[in-house]
Amino acid sequence: MRPVRWVYASFVVSMLGSLGLVVYYLIGESAQVEGILLGLALGGMGVGVIGWATRLMDVPTVVEEHESLESDDSAVAQTEDMVGQDAVTRRTMLLRLATGATATLGAALAIPALSLGPRPGQSLEETKWTPGARIVDRFGSPQRPDDIPLDGIKTVFPSGFEGEADSQTVVIKIEPELLDLPEGREEWAPEGCVAFSKICTHAGCPVGLYRAEAKQLLCPCHQSTFDVTTGCTPVFGPAARALPQLPMEVDEAGFLVALSDFQEPVGPSFWNMETE
Amino acid sequence: MLRWIDERLGVAHWARKGLRKVFPDHWSFLLGEIALFCFIILVLTGTYLTLFYRPDAAPVIYDGPYEPLRGREMSAAFESVLRLSFEVRAGLVMRQIHHWAALVFVAAIVAHMVRVFFTGAFRKPREINWMVGVTLLVLAIGMGFTGYSLPDDLLSGTGLRIAYSAVISIPFVGPYLAFLVFGGEFPTEGIISRLFVLHVMLLPAVIIGLIGAHLGILWRQKHTQFAGKGRTERNVVGKSFWPQQFFKSFGLMLLTGAALALLGGLVQINAVWSYGPFDASAVSAPSQPDWYVGWLEGAIRLFPAFEPTIFGVTIPSMFIPAVVIPGIGFTVLALWPFIEQRVTKDRVMHNILDNPRDRPARSAIGVGGILYVTLLTIAGGNDVLALTFNVPIEAMVWFLRIGLFVIPVIGGFITYKVCKELQSSRARPSRRNKGTRLRRNTEGGFEEVPSDSQS
Repeated sequence: MRPVRWVYASFVVSMLGSLGLVVYYLIGESAQVEGILLGLALGGMGVGVIGWATRLMDVPTVVEEHESLESDDSAVAQTEDMVGQDAVTRRTMLLRLATGATATLGAALAIPALSLGPRPGQSLEETKWTPGARIVDRFGSPQRPDDIPLDGIKTVFPSGFEGEADSQTVVIKIEPELLDLPEGREEWAPEGCVAFSKICTHAGCPVGLYRAEAKQLLCPCHQSTFDVTTGCTPVFGPAARALPQLPMEVDEAGFLVALSDFQEPVGPSFWNMETE
Repeated sequence: MLRWIDERLGVAHWARKGLRKVFPDHWSFLLGEIALFCFIILVLTGTYLTLFYRPDAAPVIYDGPYEPLRGREMSAAFESVLRLSFEVRAGLVMRQIHHWAALVFVAAIVAHMVRVFFTGAFRKPREINWMVGVTLLVLAIGMGFTGYSLPDDLLSGTGLRIAYSAVISIPFVGPYLAFLVFGGEFPTEGIISRLFVLHVMLLPAVIIGLIGAHLGILWRQKHTQFAGKGRTERNVVGKSFWPQQFFKSFGLMLLTGAALALLGGLVQINAVWSYGPFDASAVSAPSQPDWYVGWLEGAIRLFPAFEPTIFGVTIPSMFIPAVVIPGIGFTVLALWPFIEQRVTKDRVMHNILDNPRDRPARSAIGVGGILYVTLLTIAGGNDVLALTFNVPIEAMVWFLRIGLFVIPVIGGFITYKVCKELQSSRARPSRRNKGTRLRRNTEGGFEEVPSDSQS
């Protein structure tokens, strides 16, 4: 067999790469250089080993016969007899009791898993919004209608619960004559300000993108689009339920306050949710 | 040395048999090996990362060298990832190799599975190993998703949020199940440490056990092989494990490591510092999962706004794309050997692989399935594609919604025709035409020499 020079060389490259890595660890900190040196160290050796195997090993082709996988019939039958011997299978009553005991033991062993989380209770139907709750931004400043620019959007929370995930709400200001809200909600839009839950009714992402020219809220996760003027009804994408609207008014001091909690569950739907 | 061990364990006979084990030589048999090597690299790099990562959602104020985030409140988990990336020497390259290895791991599993599918290597007696393989694919995706969520950055929080919504959409028990898994209403503090336990202990333990079973069954049943001279259903023709095959595989492992090292060093991946820490009321656009979850993301995006309320019960719009479609998909995949058996009534042992053209129906279904998953994956990135190619997102969604039902059928039909055509023409497009060899005989005439006599 002829010696092949590049096979030898690749082991040398590998060694240089490894040594380089050791030195570089002590003096540098670029991930790029580390990656290249590690690539040389591993790759050099890989090429060398494969070159050794393919160029310098003359191995014969061998043939291996399949031995039969299955056992002969008597072995299977004997095993079955062994498993199903009378002392086990004839005791019908004991078998039933043992099966029952195993099932109850399983339940007893599984029950601690319930400690993993609380029961949902009403928590999916309720948020931290209460009647009279001040509408504040994430830093806690209360908001007047004038604090929201026309065609602007602001993420707000109930006062005292800044950053609370299930209560996140967006306030959008629209020219009042463009609004075409469902019946009974005409009073919820003081000076053209409307507030909707920020949690998408599809998969729960924050609905953060407002296309002011189209008056549409867009969810960046799955592109569900909601028409703000009609009460955030879905117009495109996978969301099927309108974003719940927060009943809202202006109090005597001129600040936006909630009239009540949302009247439907916020966020993604579930099978046994309360529906009107 | 061997004698010392053999006197105590009696392994010499067994070891000799193992070293002599025959491996048929074909490039496509290496795909599964690449998956195995990726897993080894994942364990090695992952162990290193574990030493620096803190599975803790407690808030801290960042005070590290990365200027834009200094002074920001973030979880200890996210802070530890920033420290690993910016302050631990070799930490960033390890993290990036780990992430790249995860992407290639799932890709290699899928490529291996496609090879096994199209060549019929799942047929009797290998149905069990096929199901073990499908389970490994599911677990690998689970590993990827839990790992992706650990840094607690904005993007991974979005992924968790969607997973939580998918659990909620399970009939009736959904909210209870979601509260048990997440420890309460999303976002919860406890989820990080739970994902951590899954990612570094439970899932790897199961994967290691199943890889052992996968290889053990392979060892017991021996390799399949393509048809060829001297190859029968009753034998395996190839090279023995030691030394050549071992050297080749070891070399392939080193080359896999080299490729991942270059990717991890040179191609930035999951730059969590640019996404920032998780914030329940913020999301980045575009937000994209890792490639192997793209099909699920696509299904969720494409499914129309359909949420009927029947007898006071609402069927959430997430239920079908996020629970039913993956459930059916993986069930059909896992049971495919039995489904095919039922249709073809073929219940004999197979050790010779199919040429895909000889099984046009299976090949057509396989191509259709691949197209279906590909289209869903494209849908998972439709916002990025719409932006890149300047197409309205609405048009894109409608094209994909319709295409999902049309394109796989067309692709399957074309595949079927091509297979039939190849069968009758006996052309071998994958093999280079070696020409015809002529030999001059003693009478001065010429005679053709069979082309494979010299190759």
